[in-house]
Amino acid sequence: MEGGDLGWWGVVIAVIGGAIRVSTPYLFVSLGETLTEKSGRVNLGLEGVLVMGAMSGYGTAVITGEPWLGVLVAGCAGAFLSLIHALICTLPRVNDIAVGIALFIFGTGLAFFLGKPFINPSAPRLPDLDLGWWSASPQVQSALQINLLFLIGFTLALFLAWALKNTRWGLVLRTVGDSEEAAGALGYNIAVVRILGTVAGGFLAGVGGSYLSLYFPGTWNEGLSSGQGLMAVALVIFARWDPVRCFYASLVFGGATALGPALQSVGITANYYLYGAAPYFLTLALLIYSSSPRKALEGAPGEVSISR
Amino acid sequence: MKPKMLSRRGFMRQGANLVAASAVASSLPGMVAAMGNVTVGFIYVGPRQDFGWNQAHWDAAQKIAAMDGISVVEQENVPETAEVEKVIQSMIELDGAKVIFGTSFGYWDSLKAMAVKYPDVLFTHIGAIWKEGDPTNVIGYRGYTEEAHYLCGIAAGRMSKTGKIGFIGSKPLYFIYNNANGFVLGARSVNPELTCNVVITGDWNNPVKEAETTNALIDQGCDVIIANVDSPKVSIETAEARGVYTCGYHSDLSSLAPNGFLTGAEWNWASGAEFVQAFLNDDPYPNLKRGGFREDMVALSPFGDAVPQEVRDEVMAAKQGFIDDTLQLYTGPLFDNQGNQILAEGEVKANSDTPFKLGIDWWVEGTIG
Repeated sequence: MEGGDLGWWGVVIAVIGGAIRVSTPYLFVSLGETLTEKSGRVNLGLEGVLVMGAMSGYGTAVITGEPWLGVLVAGCAGAFLSLIHALICTLPRVNDIAVGIALFIFGTGLAFFLGKPFINPSAPRLPDLDLGWWSASPQVQSALQINLLFLIGFTLALFLAWALKNTRWGLVLRTVGDSEEAAGALGYNIAVVRILGTVAGGFLAGVGGSYLSLYFPGTWNEGLSSGQGLMAVALVIFARWDPVRCFYASLVFGGATALGPALQSVGITANYYLYGAAPYFLTLALLIYSSSPRKALEGAPGEVSISR
Repeated sequence: MKPKMLSRRGFMRQGANLVAASAVASSLPGMVAAMGNVTVGFIYVGPRQDFGWNQAHWDAAQKIAAMDGISVVEQENVPETAEVEKVIQSMIELDGAKVIFGTSFGYWDSLKAMAVKYPDVLFTHIGAIWKEGDPTNVIGYRGYTEEAHYLCGIAAGRMSKTGKIGFIGSKPLYFIYNNANGFVLGARSVNPELTCNVVITGDWNNPVKEAETTNALIDQGCDVIIANVDSPKVSIETAEARGVYTCGYHSDLSSLAPNGFLTGAEWNWASGAEFVQAFLNDDPYPNLKRGGFREDMVALSPFGDAVPQEVRDEVMAAKQGFIDDTLQLYTGPLFDNQGNQILAEGEVKANSDTPFKLGIDWWVEGTIG
């Protein structure tokens, strides 16, 4: 290994690399939640879906040796869990927030229970794309080792932003989310659209979980998720239900997570608990910022229970 | 699950027999051992195959289970709440356990409470914080892992090409300071110019942060990494993927890094077997025991393939030094990394000087952090 002392540049590179490495689960969960909320439902259970996705993806990869199959299974597990949420919420007078919290606890509990045999074995990891080949510095090369899922997430954000605006199903989803009456008058089946929106969101959150277990940090244990799924839900509000902004917000959250370790590694150790809390602090600050009475609901789907 | 259910029933029967037997022959405390089937209970705070803290205790459980006439019952994922008292009660009442190994720090109050309730059962705790006035059927024991870290440091110092190594700590507690100091002192004993970056994650278990920290340290040029967290698995696998060396902690982690693993600092919790023996034979036992290699309370992982023979010899010589008590960890002149003198020229702290070690809240010279 060469290229020793980078000092402050090392911090910058570590934060950029960290933003890329850490952001992907945030991105997938927040895109999923955007879809769900655009249909007029809140799924707070995505943390549970994320953990379940991480476990099932890891387990599949351990058993079959195929990490990409793990990603698929994780997505399906997430879709299945979210289907439960969607179906329960179809019943009259069911509060989707409460069901979401139940799903959160159920999903993590189930994943812990089923995941016991997978704590010990190592699963094959998802491969990298080496985008740092042009640089002689091993630090830059490592920061630019990018996982395909990150690129898929980025493309998906652009695609969803376009599709929500410009396609027929995007319009239907938004109509159902904004006004049940209008959607009903247009003859759309509100329940089916919402179920599809929630299931698609769950699929994405499950894939986000598989990134945690199959790529970075690339393990399965019960402390794997430190609330990424919950924070991503807050991030959706901050991103104003816009997929492209979800991408930026995820990068910011990822970078915030990387800041603490990067600063400590150059010897700045004062207040490391504060740096360590940076992502959570950021969540709070963003929620306070976005709670402004005038701007709060800009872009919020009209039928989402938090804006009703 | 099935065999376990059967054995549980077996234990219940056994337990009933024990009760009957001890009622008949309560004047013979050695009776239980003589009957040749003593149950020992192990309670873990997490999964026992975590490549970390809990696995170190599981290693011990397996060794103790292999002893003559002893069978082991285990329970994983027991939180540090009143839950542990229920688990202990169930192990004693249903499985007939005579010895309980409580392997998490936060079990302490529960262990003491249950020790009062079950005076004929022995309880062990890993904090070594027993004091006068606590129940006498409780034992606290703990190894000086800093000695094993010193040996890891020697290997790290010899193998590092950049002269920079990295230490990841979970919480700023005395044993983390001691382990880091041991690691740095060992490394600088073979390369006085070497520096060590220390990063505290603030969590016992936070895989994302541990992986990120490992990457940040490697970006700073550190080419040997050791992680003092609940399970160093993530850190070791991340470092292995980036092609740098690693040292293990808690248990034997060599299988995680076939290329870069040097060696590792392990506990030897199986040394608690002596308490079991003494308790069952009605021999005296200490309530508080700390020790290093000399007392066989810590261990060193097998060397990885990357470590050449002369480095292995050097490490093993230092290990012998700890065993013979000819090598002391903290010897003067010793400075902390702020430039304060800790020990004067010629001043030496014994390896068994627990009060000194408990008071350490500084990093030795050469540490960045």
